[in-house]
Amino acid sequence: MKKVVLSVLVATAFLLYSIHQRNEGSGAVVLPPTAQANGSNSMMQQGTTSGNSGQMQQSTGTGHMSGYRDGTYTGSVEDAFYGNVQVQATIQGGKIVQVTFLDHPQDNPTSRAINAQAMPYLQQEAISTQNSQVNIITGATDTSLAFIQSLTTALSHAN
Amino acid sequence: MGMPVSICIVGGRSAERAIEAVYDLFEAVDARFSTYKPTSEVSRINDGLPKREWSDEMRTVLALCERTKRETNGYFDVYYQGKLDPSGLVKGWAIRRAAQLLETRGHRNFYLDVGGDIEVHGHNVDGEPWRVGIRNPFNRDEIIKVLALSDKGIATSGAYIRGDHIYNPLVPGAVPRSIASVTVIGPDAYDADRFATAAYVMGMKGPGFVESRPGLEAYVVGQDGMATMTSNFKDYVA
Repeated sequence: MKKVVLSVLVATAFLLYSIHQRNEGSGAVVLPPTAQANGSNSMMQQGTTSGNSGQMQQSTGTGHMSGYRDGTYTGSVEDAFYGNVQVQATIQGGKIVQVTFLDHPQDNPTSRAINAQAMPYLQQEAISTQNSQVNIITGATDTSLAFIQSLTTALSHAN
Repeated sequence: MGMPVSICIVGGRSAERAIEAVYDLFEAVDARFSTYKPTSEVSRINDGLPKREWSDEMRTVLALCERTKRETNGYFDVYYQGKLDPSGLVKGWAIRRAAQLLETRGHRNFYLDVGGDIEVHGHNVDGEPWRVGIRNPFNRDEIIKVLALSDKGIATSGAYIRGDHIYNPLVPGAVPRSIASVTVIGPDAYDADRFATAAYVMGMKGPGFVESRPGLEAYVVGQDGMATMTSNFKDYVA
């Protein structure tokens, strides 16, 4: 029980820390062109729905002339490493503006235990540009093979 | 593999011949495993080459792919929409083989870089650990982390970015994801490459997976510009 309380405290601390980092507004923080100003921090956030079926739900939605229909779409629950994963895509103006992971790591005692042990050790920081010299640079040149099925099903309903 | 190869050997004799041997190795791997060359064995397998005609090298690599699939709970899968594409592992595997080749020729201080997947050995020209930068997934001209590495593999998996659009060239109609890039440090380029691929596919589960594997560390950059790192990643930060 002590461990769980500690884990929650550590997780909360990280969440507060990362929100703090985000709000620092220092010039070093690099944000992507499509960055969303959402306060959620997915590593530390637990799923809020208890979906366990592959069923689709459309929460809200309005028609749009081109692209996807505006609204919030929830994908099916897919089996992930420590439990199930479910994503939610938000469409505005026919474009995807946000993809949120709705995790479900509390489904069984094993995933709970792994979560309690592993998650507090994962630290977060806002990325910032470094100016020092390097010998070599690692970066992505190609993409990985797979694609999150849950997102696919979410978007198929937005079409 | 159709991507830039960079090799640096510090000191040692016959470095030029060793580099030629490494290029020969990469060309042979590319000729067999390229998904772009219609004459490659991978392409011929996808065109229906019977299993009994597959080379021993192909069988070896596919066995490694199968093992990686088991180790990643199915997240690493070289069959996508029925087609074989082992490129998420072959690059790292080839780099590790090239590093072994250089070692057998007596070289101790070198790096091998194939399209951003790297294996470093020994030290750089200054006698220090190799300084490896992690590229900003949102801006190719920037580095967001500098690492000091020796005798390690490091690989990054992520999506292309062109202006405001992010797309996955391997998956038609792919859309932006929550993860911008995953960098994995491992004992060699083979482990770094295959687990970076798998961790990218896992999305937000990637850091937890890497944390659970001894000998691996990860730096995962989210689309929100926040990075998540595993517990001992900081030990490698320069």
